[in-house]
Amino acid sequence: MKKDIRELSEVTVRFAGDSGDGMQLTGTQFSNTSAFVGNDVNTLPDYPAEIRAPIGTTYGVSGFQLHFSDSDIHTPGDEPDVLVAMNPASLKVNIKDLKPGATIIVNINSFDEKNFKLCHYESNPLTDGTLDGYHVIEVPLSKLTEEALKDSGLTVKEITRSKNFFALGLMYWIYSRPIEPTLDWIKTKFKKKPEIANANKTALEAGYYFGDNTTLFSTRYKVNPAKLPKGTYRSIEGNEALALGLVAASVKSGLPLFLGSYPITPASSILHALSKYKSFGVRTFQAEDEIASICATIGAAFTGALAVTTTSGPGLALKSEAAGLGVMTELPMIIVDVQRGGPSTGLPTKTEQSDLLQAMYGRSGESPLVIIAASTPVDCFDVSLEAARIATKYMLPVLYMSDGYIANGSEPWKIPDPDKIPEIKVKFRKNSENFQPYQRDENLSRPWAIPGTKGLEHRIGGLEKQNITGNVNYDPENHEFMVRLRAEKVKNVENDIPDLKVKGNPDADLLIIGWGGTYGAITDAVHNLNEKGKKVAQAHFRYLNPFPKNTEEVLRKYKHIICPELNMGQLSVLLRNKFLLDIDSYTKIQGQPFKSSELEEKFANVLGGMSNG
Amino acid sequence: MADNTTMEDVKLKPKDFSSSQDVRWCPGCGDYSILAQVQRVSPDFGVDKENFVWISGIGCSSRFPYYMDTYGMHGIHGRAPAIATGIKLQNPKLSVWVATGDGDLLSIGGNHFIHACRRNIGIKIILFNNKIYGLTKGQFSPTSEKGKITASSPYGSVDYPFNPAALAIGSDATFVARSIDRDPKHLKEIISRAASHTGTAFVEVFQNCNIFNDGTFFTYTEKETKFDNVISIKHDKPMVFGKDNEKGIILDGFTPRVVSLTDGKYSVNDLWIHNEHDLHASRAHIISQFQNFEGVPTPIGVFRHVDKPSFDHELHEQIDNIVKKEGKGNLKDLLYKTNTWEVN
Repeated sequence: MKKDIRELSEVTVRFAGDSGDGMQLTGTQFSNTSAFVGNDVNTLPDYPAEIRAPIGTTYGVSGFQLHFSDSDIHTPGDEPDVLVAMNPASLKVNIKDLKPGATIIVNINSFDEKNFKLCHYESNPLTDGTLDGYHVIEVPLSKLTEEALKDSGLTVKEITRSKNFFALGLMYWIYSRPIEPTLDWIKTKFKKKPEIANANKTALEAGYYFGDNTTLFSTRYKVNPAKLPKGTYRSIEGNEALALGLVAASVKSGLPLFLGSYPITPASSILHALSKYKSFGVRTFQAEDEIASICATIGAAFTGALAVTTTSGPGLALKSEAAGLGVMTELPMIIVDVQRGGPSTGLPTKTEQSDLLQAMYGRSGESPLVIIAASTPVDCFDVSLEAARIATKYMLPVLYMSDGYIANGSEPWKIPDPDKIPEIKVKFRKNSENFQPYQRDENLSRPWAIPGTKGLEHRIGGLEKQNITGNVNYDPENHEFMVRLRAEKVKNVENDIPDLKVKGNPDADLLIIGWGGTYGAITDAVHNLNEKGKKVAQAHFRYLNPFPKNTEEVLRKYKHIICPELNMGQLSVLLRNKFLLDIDSYTKIQGQPFKSSELEEKFANVLGGMSNG
Repeated sequence: MADNTTMEDVKLKPKDFSSSQDVRWCPGCGDYSILAQVQRVSPDFGVDKENFVWISGIGCSSRFPYYMDTYGMHGIHGRAPAIATGIKLQNPKLSVWVATGDGDLLSIGGNHFIHACRRNIGIKIILFNNKIYGLTKGQFSPTSEKGKITASSPYGSVDYPFNPAALAIGSDATFVARSIDRDPKHLKEIISRAASHTGTAFVEVFQNCNIFNDGTFFTYTEKETKFDNVISIKHDKPMVFGKDNEKGIILDGFTPRVVSLTDGKYSVNDLWIHNEHDLHASRAHIISQFQNFEGVPTPIGVFRHVDKPSFDHELHEQIDNIVKKEGKGNLKDLLYKTNTWEVN
């Protein structure tokens, strides 16, 4: 059957189904294939904290949204153009997010009384007018999969599990993507289960050819490759990039990488990734708790490792006393906080930026440390290297902020040439002549003298230290001196980091500032407004403590500053406090990232008010 | 000390382990004896001074690292085993020691203690058990006897105590021993034994706090009472005790019983022969419970000593094997190995 192929510039798709339906896998495969054909891609996995909530209920719905485009994009898309709904519950949960007139592909076989009841639909949404205004395509996904696999020798249960591959095949056909990358993946993934590999392959192909043969679809779509800079690319998630960045830092510094960690969502995948890299000498230690994991990290730092501990907000709270020991002992270490919704257990699988003040102030005493934040999945790689550089050069803990959104989200990554990544110069103290544990270099850093080095035996610890000698000291003047010295040491880092850069319209009076994972949504909103002839500028913070040296100078140039954050305005608090500046805090605390459209609307409203005034 | 290789040939002396810091424990504290015995035997371990690391938590005993001229860290409350774990994993060649107290190790640090035992990491834990919180001025501790009257239990504590040795054995520690601050010879021997153990070594030392809990171990240390109340157990030897070795212990089912060796009913040949290498921990556990049986003396010595590969060894062996099999990691391969595509 001859079908039209229509070109689109960008598409946002959301796959949704039960937690056990394989939606994360389906979404990931579609993303990787889209990246592979040259689109720019940005993803948003959104899944419940429960592993397998009861089938058919709304709280078991797992979704994966992706945005692919023929140009540079920064967000997973505000409103899906297409929803693939594997059951009524996933339709119910996701319909509110769709673009008006969006296409909804439903698995018609799951739209029965039993499933309506499970998700509290009182009548069939396909016929009761709920979906008026949408373009609904009813596909008997389960039946077609069963038919395709009837000779596979698999049980009904096993066959049912392959239906996501049927859906994926169909979506590949609709958007003119090749199925080969997924076929290759199936081959490797199910190497030890050839019958399952075959079933998935058959289902994928059946879905693809179904598109070709059915009359349900008259049109196919095509999204051309994006004009990305020349190079070799791969698709990468934030946590994966973070882990690779740590391995790169280990190679570039010559320090063995030590990770002390305790499983916690959404940081665990860093532990999983690093535990695979044993051939790089990576020592991963899954500790008995969060406290043990950072304490082992401190021990490893004392002993000369590139020492890292990874966690999320509740774990960071548990680590705070030990982080203070890190500050007092002036040992280099990286504390990674992949933020999630809080307080307490909060929203384990949802994103938020609400740990910034905890990172800044969440320790006893005057306990400053360096805070840096990654802004995109790809940026996580660079921030790992930067965290390692600062920690080892300045001999202090670096708190590395990521968040659930960039940790799980993925995008194409232009892989750097490892030879061009700068070395991280680290010098252990060897010479025992005139050695003092707390003597200072030009950066106020103390020497790193590791156990096993002859003649440098010394003791450190949590009690206040006398400068230079490192001996325990309770003198009032010494304490004040040391408190100020530790603060100055952190402040010194500002001499060694790039200025805060401003992008967007150079004549703007409105500046949008942000940090972390809001980068994509802010960038798109600012870009769109400038395209429309409005004047908006943007600055995004990677360094949160200390701030870049030119921060105040930049901020004072603007009549109005908006700071969008996924919290109650924590960066705004820090900036107001430090610079006595008026910051217009714009916040959202729903466990979801900003949509660029909602930011654009806010910025446009402020601009309107400014021109009137 | 200068960087002089010939120094290695000169045997270290106890005073080489003594740091320049003034010791600040209360005069008469049992900690002095432990420090002295450790400094006396350390030169015998065959370990270069720079390869010793002493880690502690919080409490009187945790000041210990300041007085040892080795590498050391005075950590935070309860976390010494976790810090020591990181050190040992990073460099298994180091001789890593933990100085800790009953509150530090068994209350706030209980979790790290049981996991250090379970993992069999090659660290040595010396518990200074004085059955009281000293540095916070005399509250009952997790080893204080029930009913103890202290600052925080004026009507007597209603807490049941931990039995540290039983806890260590229950956590599968591979070396469990006990000694007493006032028995320097025995203490030296036990510390030396712990030093040579490859896995986690746990040594409980009865330590007198002469300020807040003076005399709590006097039954075990004073001439008039100690012979009838303490038994020094030795591997492959019958369990005899008493001033003239006139008493012994037999194992009657699961119950240790004291028998007389002078009334003609029992001879040394009938007694329980201690086997510290017993792979089953049941007998070691019964030994750790002796004081719960009326009339049975409290044991000192090595309760359990079995060999199994240590965690640090296994971790590094795994890394070495993977490097052997896959070759040393190459950053370029790592970054480029998955599905990549070219943009031209």
